[in-house]
Amino acid sequence: MSTTRRGFLATTGAAAAGDAAHGQDMGHGHDHQVVPSDPALRVKALESLLVEKGLVDRAALDALVDTYEHKVGPRNGARVVARAWKDPAYKQRLLENGTSAIAELGYSGEQGADIRVVENTPKVHNLIVCTLCSCYPWPVLGLPPVWYKSAAYRSRAVIDPRSVLREFGTEIADDAEVRVWDSTAAERYLVLPERPAGTENLKEEELAALVTRDSMIGVAKAGPLGGKA
Amino acid sequence: MNGVHDMGGMQGFGPVHAEKDEPVFHARWEGRLAAMRRALIATGKFPAALRPAIESIPPADYLRMSYYEKWLAAFVELLASSGLVTREEIASGKARRGSVKSVPALKVSEAGSFPLRIPAEMLHTAVTPRFRIGQSVRARNINPAGHTRLPRYARGRTGVIDKDHGVQALPDTNVYGKAENPQHVYGVRFAARELWGEQASPQDSVHIDLWEDYLEPA
Repeated sequence: MSTTRRGFLATTGAAAAGDAAHGQDMGHGHDHQVVPSDPALRVKALESLLVEKGLVDRAALDALVDTYEHKVGPRNGARVVARAWKDPAYKQRLLENGTSAIAELGYSGEQGADIRVVENTPKVHNLIVCTLCSCYPWPVLGLPPVWYKSAAYRSRAVIDPRSVLREFGTEIADDAEVRVWDSTAAERYLVLPERPAGTENLKEEELAALVTRDSMIGVAKAGPLGGKA
Repeated sequence: MNGVHDMGGMQGFGPVHAEKDEPVFHARWEGRLAAMRRALIATGKFPAALRPAIESIPPADYLRMSYYEKWLAAFVELLASSGLVTREEIASGKARRGSVKSVPALKVSEAGSFPLRIPAEMLHTAVTPRFRIGQSVRARNINPAGHTRLPRYARGRTGVIDKDHGVQALPDTNVYGKAENPQHVYGVRFAARELWGEQASPQDSVHIDLWEDYLEPA
């Protein structure tokens, strides 16, 4: 390895030392949005340098940020789930080959080269985690929320999934299986939540509105009442 | 590496705090950083694997820093080691006098279409699988000092092959450009009680995607 601890301390020291507990405690109000902090200045300087050297195009960066913020996200995944609830043949294709069935609806791209969809049933509840880092199916869910990347979630999801689920208001019956998927390789996972009762007459778009990001990670159930149903 | 990043099964981090109506990026620089990284990967001269560098951050700093602060630290290291810019240029924020100006590899038109990037480890090499679906396997007790995708909590534990994901390069060597070591990756089902003992629910399970080198017949 070419990177040294000394190197890291040199490059990150100011950013790390000035903001203790940042990233662990989500209740701190994000002061760094208001006051330009060290990372903001550093990134600005890096961008200027890379533009000056012709390595990046500022407009391309704008387009990437716009894509991350507006074009990918859980609404994509919700459309996939609603289609699967409505169309049994599609659901079968989705469970057999998630990547290609998802691409049928126009969703593909970075962090989505191999997406596997796992189905929740009354007897099996699936939960997605990446204990080592932050693997997440970007084309259908967008970029992961902070809690998904947090030490609390990554450490506990595998050893004590039921208590994590309870914190999200999701109670799983003792005789049902909680199946945790630790994304360690190229596969990215998406949960197909159970279709809520009483939704037989809803249109596909109305069904999609019931599908939350959390239900596709598996910490909650789909439906107007979420996991508290 | 038995680093702090390998946190599956650790205790003491408290409850999971989910932020309501969370933005994709909490500060502008986070998005700019993510975009710069993606744009540089398109040059083919910038390593796509940020994780080995992130995992090398000293444990106390790793826990203290936010996700994108860790990205920034790793990004700067990779930028310097890639040779695309020098450490002097990073420090001064200015291109070295007389340095050659490149042409950006990622164009606006491509950037807006969320281009697929096949992960470095996904290969189409034909390799005979050593294990079959339904077979019992044990995760080996190995403790590599570098990058690995075999979480500590699975080592020495027995599970059953649930799926064959095809051939992928072994990250342990591939991320360092040493060797691809193409081999099958398997979805392995571990009973929660095999991993955590009696305190786990007898019904529950954990599925982990593991490279063949991480496994031995059980």
